[in-house]
Amino acid sequence: MEAWFALLVGIFFTVAVYLMLSKFIIRVLLGVAVLGNAVNLLIFTGGRLTREVPPIIPEGAESLAAPAANALPQALILTAIVISFSFFAFLLVLSWRAYSDLATDNTDEMRVAEPADEPLPPLGY
Amino acid sequence: MAATISPPVDLSAALVAAPPTLAEWLVILPVAWCLAIGALLVMLRRPIGLHPAIAIAGLAGLVLIDGLLLKEIAENGPLTMVMGRWLPPFGIAFTADLTGALFAFAAALVALVAGVFSLADINDSGRRYGFYPLLMLLMAGVSGAFLTGDIFNLYVWFEVLLISSFGLLVLGSEPEQIDGTVKYGFLNLIATTLFLIATGYLYAVFGTLNMADIATKAEALRDRAPLMTLTGLFMLAFAMKAAAFPVNFWLPASYHTPRVAVSALFAGLLTKVGIYALVRVMVMHFPVEREELSFILAVAGALTMIVGVLGALAQTDFRRILGYLIVSGIGSMLAGIAVGGPGGIGGAIFYALHSMLVMTGLYFASGIAMRLGASSSIAALAGLYRRHVGFAALTLMLCFAVSGLPPFSGFWPKVMLVKAALDIGAWWLAAALLLAGFLTTIVTGRLFLLAFWREAPPADGEAVSLSPAAFGPLAVLAGLTLLIGLYPEPLLAIIQDAAAGLAEPSAYVNSVFPEGGPQ
Amino acid sequence: MKSVIFRTLAPVLTSLMMLFSIFVLLRGHNEPGGGFIGGLIAVSALAIYGMAHGVETVRRAIFFHPMAIAGAGLLAATSAGLIAIFAGVPFMTGLWIYPAVFGREVPLSTVLLFDTGVYLVVVGAISSIALSLEERGGE
Repeated sequence: MEAWFALLVGIFFTVAVYLMLSKFIIRVLLGVAVLGNAVNLLIFTGGRLTREVPPIIPEGAESLAAPAANALPQALILTAIVISFSFFAFLLVLSWRAYSDLATDNTDEMRVAEPADEPLPPLGY
Repeated sequence: MAATISPPVDLSAALVAAPPTLAEWLVILPVAWCLAIGALLVMLRRPIGLHPAIAIAGLAGLVLIDGLLLKEIAENGPLTMVMGRWLPPFGIAFTADLTGALFAFAAALVALVAGVFSLADINDSGRRYGFYPLLMLLMAGVSGAFLTGDIFNLYVWFEVLLISSFGLLVLGSEPEQIDGTVKYGFLNLIATTLFLIATGYLYAVFGTLNMADIATKAEALRDRAPLMTLTGLFMLAFAMKAAAFPVNFWLPASYHTPRVAVSALFAGLLTKVGIYALVRVMVMHFPVEREELSFILAVAGALTMIVGVLGALAQTDFRRILGYLIVSGIGSMLAGIAVGGPGGIGGAIFYALHSMLVMTGLYFASGIAMRLGASSSIAALAGLYRRHVGFAALTLMLCFAVSGLPPFSGFWPKVMLVKAALDIGAWWLAAALLLAGFLTTIVTGRLFLLAFWREAPPADGEAVSLSPAAFGPLAVLAGLTLLIGLYPEPLLAIIQDAAAGLAEPSAYVNSVFPEGGPQ
Repeated sequence: MKSVIFRTLAPVLTSLMMLFSIFVLLRGHNEPGGGFIGGLIAVSALAIYGMAHGVETVRRAIFFHPMAIAGAGLLAATSAGLIAIFAGVPFMTGLWIYPAVFGREVPLSTVLLFDTGVYLVVVGAISSIALSLEERGGE
């Protein structure tokens, strides 16, 4: 089972890297979103795929009766999802602002902060 | 209620029994303090006139807390507090050792002077947009990153400081800033995601995220786990955060766009968090792998130094020159980590602390120069020396310090690093360090000659006075570099202890697991 | 979007979702639910109301600025952790009191305070983004 999940994670990474190599920021953003999901799946698989029983101790008992799912990777993923969700929202608004203010979504044409035709620095004193 | 029916459970197997001492609260207090002040500032939307006073008082409190923490740790060794009483490695632990406390203290100091400088730099619209709340949240992230003892928690603090830095970068929303933020934002997000990938693998291999636990378990796992891959991934992620050479391009693309106070803060804090994380993971957790990867790291460090300073030589804009100088300084720290040993690691830590003070100071200087000369290009700036002699003198001191000339703080870490490199026979690394220092002297020399000494047209030659809020922070930072340069022994002693504590983390581990190792 | 049916139904839907979000928040301690998901439900309620009656109405209805709500939540969550200093236990330790209200024992805890803080942070931060996006979309 882990092998199939590893393969799936690999496919996710491939898609993410392909998208992030694009010049257009919206595709890069989609790539980053896919990358975040790839990592979540990676952590999930890394925590071992165990029994589909929730790790809840029944009333009156002191420990789990049977092997149950590993709760920690799920907590980690939940944190990572919340963070990547807020970053996605922020970068989406930023991309939109960049598109409307700089009139381009091509990173090659975003040269406001680093102008292309800079003069040479003063060579003498 | 279930709790009242079931028989009493032996809690000592799961919970910390001893009540925490007040000193242990100092580990968590920097983060909680910054979060509380930040939250308070977010709530006070109407009276923005109060923001600077509250924030500066808060930052002064932070310096005090971090100072007490540093004193406590220097006297009694590392401190640990676990969240919610859960025994480590299950509970999230905050563990501060000398390295973490030293970095946290320096960061608080830099934030305080930047907070004072912001009085002269951030106007009402910047305040309304939320400069001060974001500053406090940034400090919560930075303090958390330096003091946490859990590697996933480190990731969370990275993200906290990243999202606050986004807010600070776009403060003002000019096209230039949006352009810079796009590059900064995307590349840093990819870097932290790489960090998360590495953390995921780490968890899959170790089954734990507690730093002390990892340090003890690494030895046994070395033969059968792909620790080399893990270390390589961590190295790439943190090098990207620290702006090391092949992955440094986000820094010079963005650091010259925001307000000067923001640039100065970032210059002092953000890349150094990457360096701190690199030191923590590579030296404390994976020392054997660091040895194996040291050649790659050394080459990357040498290239970062040289490429950074060559980039600075090619620039005309004051702030863009400084952006490249930060990158060049990161190269020296990487070289120290690559060399290893007390000299190398100590040198890297010393260089990072020196760079925090000096780069922040130089950004302050660039802001004042831009205000006095109405331009940020060194082709247009002229005659600043005549306009304010004290300002010119302080800037010259910082220029000497960043070039590594005595008697300023940059000299001693350079000496340590060059000596450590020569001791292991890496003469080419020592040569690169010296060459980078020489080229930096040329960069800052040209900067000073053109912007300060060159005769200005007579019309703008009159002397002016500077507000204490602008001049004071610069004077404090320049004074500190001079003090460290003239009397480095106390700091050097602490740094030697910090480096020794990283190389032999038994005190760190004992502080997390007092009973001698996890069950 | 501004049909009569939608505009008539939106306040009912919003108030129901608000109630449900608080239910989810309180349920969260021992069962699925909690501050984060409850907060998201509340934000969806506000967003629906904003679609039907305009963003200005929502801003008036929640009275405080969204970011101020988020700040209050952050302060509540932080202080929930710091209360432990008075009980002599580490940061973030759950502390419980059981006051009797109308003869019934009501369990209150710092965990609940923390979760309420999370709820407010999510409501404040996400609704701030959602409302500004709605404003821009309406142009």
